[in-house]
Amino acid sequence: MEEVKEVISMPRIGDQAPGFEAMTTMGPIKFPEDFKGQWVVFFSHPADFTPVCSTEFLAFAQMNEEFAKRNVQLLGLSIDSVFSHIAWAMNLKEKTGIEIPFPIVADADGRVAKLYGMLHPGESSTATVRAVFIIDPNGKIRAIIYYPLSAGRNMREILRLIDALQTADKYGVATPANWVPEPQVWEFTEENTKVIVPPPTSYEEAVNRAKQGYECIDWYFCKKKLS
Amino acid sequence: MSTGCVSPDGRLSEKALGLLKLLEEKGALTPVEIAEITKRPLFQVRSSLRELTEAGFIASSEGEKYSLTEKGRAALS
Repeated sequence: MEEVKEVISMPRIGDQAPGFEAMTTMGPIKFPEDFKGQWVVFFSHPADFTPVCSTEFLAFAQMNEEFAKRNVQLLGLSIDSVFSHIAWAMNLKEKTGIEIPFPIVADADGRVAKLYGMLHPGESSTATVRAVFIIDPNGKIRAIIYYPLSAGRNMREILRLIDALQTADKYGVATPANWVPEPQVWEFTEENTKVIVPPPTSYEEAVNRAKQGYECIDWYFCKKKLS
Repeated sequence: MSTGCVSPDGRLSEKALGLLKLLEEKGALTPVEIAEITKRPLFQVRSSLRELTEAGFIASSEGEKYSLTEKGRAALS
């Protein structure tokens, strides 16, 4: 008998961004219509209450103003409910003082993740990979980045990519390797050298995590220095 | 999907009444103008405008300008 395989669609650069309606932490959205006239950085993360994602969300939140200056709206997504997203955002605010100022799409059934090819079965069949779709003010996909579950993204690179796309549009030019709009130093501190401790997978481990000598923001979010 | 502007029994939230009052005061406005005045994200403004349009309180004309309908004016009186 012939084998039947499900073909998962993968939008490509130059395609119109696939449309969907969904609930977010900031109310319902109709995508991409509601974002017309703005650039959108639409990014997925594997799951709420996971440590690498938390560092990414905090980094995006801290750079939100820089994105806003460039007429960019950030939009997150994971295969979780809106209640889980809200609880996680509140947890991050409580533990770090940083508010998540952008909406997070609740995609509990994975409908939007499938539409955007954010599920890579070789990596995980239930958690979205770290995908980034850069969508222009006319709703066209202009760049796509994929990272695996284990490596957090560099938000400065995403901002640099926005600058490169906007500069190319404005001046009819292309930008070379390592191009930046103005001389700048990307600062990396001691904090950037720390790695994430895999989060506990049982209640008992979670309870004991705080006693293990890691730098913990919460039970699921601990870092350490490699010796 | 509700943005919380209009409850199932047709009552308007504070946020929705604020939007209708703004349109009464300033006349027809685009979503971008409303986002600038209210300091709310553009996508959220468009979402609220859609719900209020579907409920018949406002209507849009050419150029994506929104203004009050008779029902919208009545809701404020």
